[in-house]
Amino acid sequence: MAINYVNPEFEVIRNPNRCIACRVCERQCSNGVHSFDPETGTMMADETKCVDCQRCVTLCPTRALKIVKNECQLRENANWQQDTIYEIYKQAGSGGVLLSSMGNPKPLPVYWDKILINASQVTNPPIDPLREPMETKVFLGKKPTKPERNPDGSLKTELAPQLELTMPVMFSAMSYGSISYNAHESLARAAEALGICYNTGEGGLHEDFYKYGANTIVQVASGRFGVHEDYLSAGAAIEIKMGQGAKPGIGGHLPGKKIVGDVSRTRMIPEGSDAISPAPHHDIYSIEDLRQLVYSLKEATQYQKPVIVKVAAVHNIAAIASGIARSGADIIAIDGFRGGTGAAPTRIRDNVGIPIELALAAVDQRLRDEGIRNNVSLVVGGSIRSASDVVKAVALGADACYVATAALLALGCHLCRTCHTGNCNWGIATQKPELVKRLNPDIGSQRLINLMTAWRHEIMELMGGMGINSIEALRGNRLMLRGVSLNEKELEILGISHAGE
Amino acid sequence: MKLEGQVRIPSGCAISAVISRDGRKMSGDAIIKSMIPMHDRSNGLGGGFAAYGIYPEYKEFYALHIFYNDNSVRMECENLLKDGFEIIKSESIPIRKTPKISDVPLIWRYFVAPMSSVLSRLHVDEKEYVAETVMKINSRINGAYVFSSGKNMGVFKAVGYPEDVGYFYRLDEYEGYSWTAHGRYPTNTPGWWGGAHPFALLDYTIVHNGEISSYDANRRYIEMYGYKCTLQTDTEVITYIADYLLRKQGLTLEETASVIAAPFWSTIENKPEEEKKKLSYLRTVYSSLLVTGPFSIVLGFEGGLMALNDRLKLRSMVTAEKDDLVFVASEESAIRAIAPDATNVYAPSGGEPVIVKVKEGKY
Amino acid sequence: MKRVYVNEKWCLGCHLCEYNCAFANSGLKNMAKLKGQKIYPRIRVEGDEKITFAISCRHCEDPICIKSCISGALSKTPDGMVEIDKSRCVGCLTCVLVCPYGAVIQDGDGAVQKCELCLKNSSGAPACVAGCPNNAIVYEER
Repeated sequence: MAINYVNPEFEVIRNPNRCIACRVCERQCSNGVHSFDPETGTMMADETKCVDCQRCVTLCPTRALKIVKNECQLRENANWQQDTIYEIYKQAGSGGVLLSSMGNPKPLPVYWDKILINASQVTNPPIDPLREPMETKVFLGKKPTKPERNPDGSLKTELAPQLELTMPVMFSAMSYGSISYNAHESLARAAEALGICYNTGEGGLHEDFYKYGANTIVQVASGRFGVHEDYLSAGAAIEIKMGQGAKPGIGGHLPGKKIVGDVSRTRMIPEGSDAISPAPHHDIYSIEDLRQLVYSLKEATQYQKPVIVKVAAVHNIAAIASGIARSGADIIAIDGFRGGTGAAPTRIRDNVGIPIELALAAVDQRLRDEGIRNNVSLVVGGSIRSASDVVKAVALGADACYVATAALLALGCHLCRTCHTGNCNWGIATQKPELVKRLNPDIGSQRLINLMTAWRHEIMELMGGMGINSIEALRGNRLMLRGVSLNEKELEILGISHAGE
Repeated sequence: MKLEGQVRIPSGCAISAVISRDGRKMSGDAIIKSMIPMHDRSNGLGGGFAAYGIYPEYKEFYALHIFYNDNSVRMECENLLKDGFEIIKSESIPIRKTPKISDVPLIWRYFVAPMSSVLSRLHVDEKEYVAETVMKINSRINGAYVFSSGKNMGVFKAVGYPEDVGYFYRLDEYEGYSWTAHGRYPTNTPGWWGGAHPFALLDYTIVHNGEISSYDANRRYIEMYGYKCTLQTDTEVITYIADYLLRKQGLTLEETASVIAAPFWSTIENKPEEEKKKLSYLRTVYSSLLVTGPFSIVLGFEGGLMALNDRLKLRSMVTAEKDDLVFVASEESAIRAIAPDATNVYAPSGGEPVIVKVKEGKY
Repeated sequence: MKRVYVNEKWCLGCHLCEYNCAFANSGLKNMAKLKGQKIYPRIRVEGDEKITFAISCRHCEDPICIKSCISGALSKTPDGMVEIDKSRCVGCLTCVLVCPYGAVIQDGDGAVQKCELCLKNSSGAPACVAGCPNNAIVYEER
């Protein structure tokens, strides 16, 4: 291809008065954007390689750098927008499926931002979390439908296995391979310190991390990478991944260049081979098959671990969830269409699935209508961005939330959405040793702990304002929510009133 | 303006209760008198009483108290009742006219027994059938509202101040071993008779002072089990929770209190092992029935009552004793009004249930 | 005594420490003023493609540099820090020769300089530590 039709997306602006040619930008850019010209003693930039990850900007000691959108734009066209045209150029050049990373960036509705939270005034006192106890602990898992008693009349207190969390948030599935060893170590250590769980994703569990088992959810996905008996027994819960919000209907993609060394060993696949999980589990073509896998995993772990079934939020999600709730699963995890990914076909990421807010509201209501809401816990993700999103999700009916993008941001991710290249300058979505070491887990885990601690404080503040001092009294408490700029149908599905009502 | 049931109405209130542990019968005079010092805790938009042991001659039958908007609704409802019940007696509840109580609906009382043929056909027990019928009438028959449905007990309530409501229903003419009372201070309702307290299902009655913040979490959970919260009031949902836990789940009163006003996890942590297991179990299994926000309630039932505060004790409530009598009220003044020399005045801690039972065989 | 330690596992070889050091000891108000100047940092990043680490004065228990100094310019503070009195340095470079870490370095003016933990400049604490993006350089008691 003689001509590259695609102009650089970004422009590197270097302030010559500030640049001291320390060459930190050059050393830190794995994409090779920056270079030093010994003849002039100045820094140069090759903008075609820039992904706007902001590593150079962040590390530049004199703040001499800016990455801005390239002003050189195609003629404006509301129908044929530049991104669309460039995608065509790329496909015309490569003949390939377009790949993307992280969540759907399109301007589709974010319902969290159209939902507002209540607070107490006069008739009911707000509770001050600085002065009164405020509880955020949750137990995920199946609850009995009726208590049983011993012959002496005392309650039989044994329960189906439960996942105990100090706050209703967990780090969701990101495989070792899609993210680095140090990213996994950061998540595992933070989960342990916080008393929550992180999730292995479908890449197996590195032997160094078995010690964090009590705070680990081990995932079983359609590729069955890294699944063996010890792995299943290592975690606090087992998650069957049926689907992912970023790419419903297809399996995971991990490019061969990320399958190196320990990643290959942990996944139990050859180095350099692309890890393409099948779209379905080939032993699950229907709900009755799912039930068999749920019970196979329970058998394999002596019924000691709750089993989570994770599905993408798709059109018929309420019926699907109802089926899962009757399949023996202890927990249902639903991933909305804005959920992140290390690599997904762009068309699927941007066009398949439904918003998590609507899926959650529909599922919670359906399970209640069928009287089986207490049979399962409900975990939602994709994308939960803040403590207020968590509070809204819990009030809509979730038992807990999964966060992944927010966790990666805490680790330094700047959402440049090029995870699939394996060149992550922040040491997160890469397997190159010189890049991986950029994420020091001492820093990473502390930043995750800080983030979740801050969220927990905010959750407590919001709860206190509502006069609620325990998270379970918030769960499904939709009266605490009001909608703005939503139509009747949206309000009906969300099961909330409009602001002012 | 939306009426109660179409919109959720928070309200503050006054409560009072008196019970004889010996099962000694008292007229309604005392309980009415106890409410007078707390006049300012109500605003005239709802008052009511529950009385236990008042229908000894009909104690085998469920006493249904029903409000009707008009006679055509009454016919419709009676037709429905006739399908499943033997109606032993049907009458309008005697009242005393007073200018302080207006917009009076038709107020009827039925003594009924479910037909055994119906019970065996539907495979339900008697209480369940009565409860289902109450739900059916209240949610499906527009203009009919069952506000009392237990045996040998009755609820009397109206829009008005409690003392006027007591006078209106001639409560001085009834004799009961246990009485509870309520004066209501709703914040944004035109006032509706059905919305007054006590709220009742079967022999469980609740008078409640407070506004719970867990309302919708509790409501959406309890509605999974056949209850329909038609009024959207806290008291209604607490009544159904009590019925669900006590009758359907078979929990004890203490266990029920540990669900509704569950101890904090930090408190549970420090309990002895067995107690810890039990409390953790109850809190985990019935987490959606934890009631938060301020409340003081008196749960009345056949042969006793239980008083309970929210776990932070955000509402006042005191208890006291005199001889065989036990008193519970929002304010000590209410108790002093009828028992100036009452002893053991006590303010129960948040979440600490006070359970009073009448001696076995005395009610 | 608190010293500067380096964990090569986390050193990225970005050389920021050198610039932070040079700036801290330059007395300049803005690092951009280093533009066009040759810098003489008291910490240096060494290494190859595979491994990098920063080196600065170890503040030895028994400093050989002090023993070798012919003019008495080098001495130890009561806390144990090895300091230099530049006014007494004659630029013989014996200390440079004997330091096993290569941590004593010539400055731009002919005297020698070395890490003094930024205790004598406006930073007040090691600027290399504060500016290290990956906690590879730490300042702690061991």
